[in-house]
Amino acid sequence: MRITQGCFSFLPDLTDEQITKQVQYCLDQGFAVNLEFTDDPHPRNTFWEMWGLPMFDLRDAAGVMMELAECRRVYGDRYIRLTGFDSSHGWESVKISFIVNRPKHEPGFRLERQEANSRNIRYTTRAYACDRPEGERYAAG
Amino acid sequence: MDAIAKPAVDSPAVDASAVDLRRELEEAGIGEVLGQLDRDLIGLAPVKTRIREIASLLLIERVRARMGLSAVPPTLHMSFTGNPGTGKTTVALRIASILHRLGFVRRGHVVSVTRDELVGQYIGHTAPKTKEVLKKAMGGVLFIDEAYYLYRPDNERDYGQEAIEILLQVMETQRDDLVVILAGYGERMDQFYASNPGFRSRIAHHIDFPDYSDAELLAIAELMLDGQNYAFSDDARAAFARYIALRKRQPLFANARSIRNALDRIRLRQANRLVADMQRPVTADDLSAIEAADVLASRVFARADAEGEGTRGA
Repeated sequence: MRITQGCFSFLPDLTDEQITKQVQYCLDQGFAVNLEFTDDPHPRNTFWEMWGLPMFDLRDAAGVMMELAECRRVYGDRYIRLTGFDSSHGWESVKISFIVNRPKHEPGFRLERQEANSRNIRYTTRAYACDRPEGERYAAG
Repeated sequence: MDAIAKPAVDSPAVDASAVDLRRELEEAGIGEVLGQLDRDLIGLAPVKTRIREIASLLLIERVRARMGLSAVPPTLHMSFTGNPGTGKTTVALRIASILHRLGFVRRGHVVSVTRDELVGQYIGHTAPKTKEVLKKAMGGVLFIDEAYYLYRPDNERDYGQEAIEILLQVMETQRDDLVVILAGYGERMDQFYASNPGFRSRIAHHIDFPDYSDAELLAIAELMLDGQNYAFSDDARAAFARYIALRKRQPLFANARSIRNALDRIRLRQANRLVADMQRPVTADDLSAIEAADVLASRVFARADAEGEGTRGA
């Protein structure tokens, strides 16, 4: 199951050329671009690991793409996303975020039903990948 | 894309296989930059010649690319050697703007660094630091001042070597993204290249900056003053010409940089003279005029006089 989140989630995965253009847009807007990765694909997992520090004071997308290549080399079997942080007063928040790398094989989610009192059903989703410990989740796929 | 399509629409009579180089030059705005270079930078004839050559090569390369004769993009990494104050940094800024206009660097900014910004303090500190600088310089020019400090032959565990390796790798693999300019004093750069042959071979343009003549230094002084809305009186100009000749003979002479410092001190003395003489109202001319007395009060003259009388060592 292909996981989507953030901007452009309705599009096919961006090519490197398209990512470069998006990054250049972010830099032109004065955003600090940041790379994050995780192997816990749950949509409510907001805590992704940071790849180095956010990149401030960059002028050209080539610098970000260099880091992305390095991050893919090390964590190519995980999800990597790119965020653009706008530090201007009143915003101070992430304005753009999209996935730039995903594992080859994404097993998807199991839907669990819990029978609660009074015949109520509680639903929860659990990623199949998360059955295995962190760091080994996508290595085989 | 649009820029390429436009000339054809404007002049359908022009043969598609012929290119008007003059028009190309104008469109790129190179003539303007080179003209400004001639006007703003005094002397430096060999440097200007080389920059013209590089600009021409880049222009031709661009036209060739358009006609499908494209070869490998030229290596643009450069090395500037010369004594202190001969204009290496100033020229680096101009080069960046020329490269930007010709489209060989995308942004045209200059990131100027020295050893401190590249080399770390402890193990594992150097690589991220160097990469940080490289990322900032992407799309522009990375100017490494006093580059010979990167390599310290006396300490084999020096982290400079690590920075050099990363630099060399990026200079080779990301030639489209970044132009590296190394600068430093002649002899020490020669030593640096001798111990790092990788650098020498990866740098296409070695440009040597000559020292300025007395007349050029005077012209530089006048240009600097003009930029700050000051002017020499005739006496002051003659005094300053003498000052240059004397200063050149003293140790630690740093060409245009010494001239700039001398002018700063002269401005101080001029201000002091005006403040001391508050009896009469001052005009704009008074405020911008530098008199001979302002120049002659310099210690350089006092020292020269002392030497002339043979009382040196007192």
